[in-house]
Amino acid sequence: MSARLMQGNEAVAEGALKAGVRFFGGYPITPSTEIAEGMAKLLPKVGGTFIQMEDEIASMGVVLGASLAGRKVLTASSGPGISLKQELIGYAAAAEIPVVIVNVQRVGPSTGQPTAPSQSDVMQARWGTHGDHSIIAISPWSVREAFDLAVDAVNLAERFRTPVILLMDEIVGHLRERVELPESIEIYERRKPKSTRAEGYQPYKPDEDLVPNIANFGEGFHIHVTGLIHDETGFPVGSPKVTEESIRRLHEKIDRAGDEIIKVEESFMDDAEFAVVSFGGTARTAYEAVAEARNRGIKIGMVRLITIFPFADKILNDLASRVKGILVAELNYGQVVNEVRRAVNGKCPVKLCAKYNMQIFEPEEILKAIEDLAANQDQTYTVHSTGFEKVKDPEEVENTGGDD
Amino acid sequence: MVERSYEKFFRQNRLPHLWCPGCGNGIAMKAIVQAIEKIPELNQDNTVIVSGIGCSSRASGYMDFDTLHTAHGRAIPFATGIKLANPKLNVIVITGDGDCTAIGGNHFIHGCRRNIDLTVVLFNNNIYGMTGGQASPMTPLGKKATTAPYGSIDRPFNACHLAEAAGATYVARSTAYHVQHLVTMITGGIKNHGFSFIEAMVQCPTAYGRKNKMTDPAKMLEWMKDTAQMKNVWDKNPTDEKFPIGVLYQSTAGEIDYSSAYEKVIEMAGGI
Amino acid sequence: MRKQLRLSGSGGQGVITAAIIFAEAAVSEGFDAVQSQSYGPEARGGASKSEVIIDDGKIFHPHVHCPDVVLAMTQKAADKYFSDLSSDGILLLDSDLVPNVPDVSNVVRIPITRLAVEKLGKSLFANIVALGALAHLTNLVDFDAVKKAVAHRVPSHTIDQNMQALQIGWDAVEDFYNYEEKIAG
Repeated sequence: MSARLMQGNEAVAEGALKAGVRFFGGYPITPSTEIAEGMAKLLPKVGGTFIQMEDEIASMGVVLGASLAGRKVLTASSGPGISLKQELIGYAAAAEIPVVIVNVQRVGPSTGQPTAPSQSDVMQARWGTHGDHSIIAISPWSVREAFDLAVDAVNLAERFRTPVILLMDEIVGHLRERVELPESIEIYERRKPKSTRAEGYQPYKPDEDLVPNIANFGEGFHIHVTGLIHDETGFPVGSPKVTEESIRRLHEKIDRAGDEIIKVEESFMDDAEFAVVSFGGTARTAYEAVAEARNRGIKIGMVRLITIFPFADKILNDLASRVKGILVAELNYGQVVNEVRRAVNGKCPVKLCAKYNMQIFEPEEILKAIEDLAANQDQTYTVHSTGFEKVKDPEEVENTGGDD
Repeated sequence: MVERSYEKFFRQNRLPHLWCPGCGNGIAMKAIVQAIEKIPELNQDNTVIVSGIGCSSRASGYMDFDTLHTAHGRAIPFATGIKLANPKLNVIVITGDGDCTAIGGNHFIHGCRRNIDLTVVLFNNNIYGMTGGQASPMTPLGKKATTAPYGSIDRPFNACHLAEAAGATYVARSTAYHVQHLVTMITGGIKNHGFSFIEAMVQCPTAYGRKNKMTDPAKMLEWMKDTAQMKNVWDKNPTDEKFPIGVLYQSTAGEIDYSSAYEKVIEMAGGI
Repeated sequence: MRKQLRLSGSGGQGVITAAIIFAEAAVSEGFDAVQSQSYGPEARGGASKSEVIIDDGKIFHPHVHCPDVVLAMTQKAADKYFSDLSSDGILLLDSDLVPNVPDVSNVVRIPITRLAVEKLGKSLFANIVALGALAHLTNLVDFDAVKKAVAHRVPSHTIDQNMQALQIGWDAVEDFYNYEEKIAG
């Protein structure tokens, strides 16, 4: 396929469609609206369905209904809308309904700065809905990757019967850039029941990989779906044993598949003594900063998180054994940095380069933080529009020199 | 022996139900399956029951179809998704007065507005029963609830008026006393190609009755018998002392239902 | 080889569309290109800015730093967006709409909107006139590729007028430099 200029949000719509999405329910919100507009135009062309709902909660409800009836489904929103969707994201996790939710992140909290970029919904993606549950969240750094991860998100949702958050940011969502889309992609088709009703089919009885084979509505299985804790029959039970097993399975079906799900991309890491960890649109700037730092003789590399959740605990723990220090660059007050610190568990210092003033990082801002990290200064950095402010690291992470 | 052919529509292993002795929900649930039984096109494989949260919404678990017990207030959006994804399915929504007109109120009016082909049966017991008797938007003025201990001052919704005004193409009301009439009202709703709304008044002797000196379910049913009037009778002398039952509104304008309208969109887009 | 452009004006003047078309033309010529934008809360009338980076290598950081060319279609945009122009960068102004010329060594003043109105009857074509001028000033993307990109984007019944608009912009740059030379000579 030839190269063309494409917008990130447009690429999400194209990717989802290629992956087999045939139903979109949504509500207009900046900066994600182009995804809904794209789907409104494209879906009926392939016999799919677009519907604009009365609110964000209804948008989640309608796609979950369509998913239960057998369609691959997508919804898209941004911070305030994602907050409203949380109720039924939890329902999808509990009732194991495949669904992809795109969040094109903007500045919050609340209405915040509607048109400005941010990466401040990371922990919301993980813990936004109430109750114990696992989740998959993936974050693209380019328009091409927005296409690829839209495909991955749909496949992962179907494969693991779980909500998947495609964690975009306004940087990538509204960016237009040159892309060449793949000629063909791999598509995962939802698995089917392996027994009949007469044979005692149980919709929530999991396979060995802990994922159940739930029939679609209208296939004659007479299944029951509920947000109440249920046993393998799908019906609610008040049993402590079933409750424990059910909650554990919801976690383990995703956590055990970490090797299959988790993707990171390393650059300049072969002989690196330091590493920048970044993700999404910010990683584009971090990459330039790292490349320039290399020019200046600093042995630094970059680890880009493509999968945000489940978090790359093992990869980062291993990384901490290889480097003397890690700098996390993120467009928020500091969210992923705490996940990195948890994963690294004191093996090496973890510093933060944060920015939350509506503007994306400039390469020299991250470069300055890299230089200070390499000079082994034990500080946390927050970049403001007015300049560079150093804040004493609240955690006082002790430098163990990576020899742990 | 009386034929009980409707029993096949229930999941016998899920019964008995959890409703209180004397509750009217079972009557309304049975009326729904009897309506389904009356229409030859409907069967257990092509009919989906969708419910919200509350006493009424537990009905879905007892009915032997594909059934969906959604979140509080959200039955209509889920049902909309099912219907649009597979228009061949007959989708029946069971909801309550709190579920449909409070937390789900926005979805209710927009379902009506779209004229999506759903049959929504509201079990109106005038109270939040599952949580122990709090006031709902359909608790009558002056009636008591745990959250209206001095009597409700909130003016109640007339859900049938709301449905009609919002664009529903079939609106009916009946009661747990008028069982055969209720079956007929639901049958009419299922047959309507568009958004059908049926308010089924049901007695709640436990949460509503106890607070309002009506603990005897038989007396509550008698009150329904005495207070309900067939619409054509009530229309001649409309009074607040009585309430009308029957088909309160049926569109004759031939509005297109949402799924059929979307098929035209697919056609215009050149889709398959 | 990298070129960085910033196109600015007020909402409704079409600077974002012009930027997208220019980036599309660059992509069709085999370059990597990124285009980003920011606009005020109003879809029309607010401040509007779009940036394009074109490179023969891969582009990562998507924001323009020290642009090679800044287009300003309003006084407000000119005042706001010229300051980080590269030392040999060019400031392209709508000469009627930007009466107070910022203190920059390379300024190209063209009555962009007036040309669109006088020669094509509609201010609507001002952004394409500006695009013709930008294509000349950047001297990177083949002019035919720009023409093709415009033809691809606009409604088919307006292609002829848009082609004229491009040429008007291109010629206006020629005229401007000829005039400057004459004065200098």
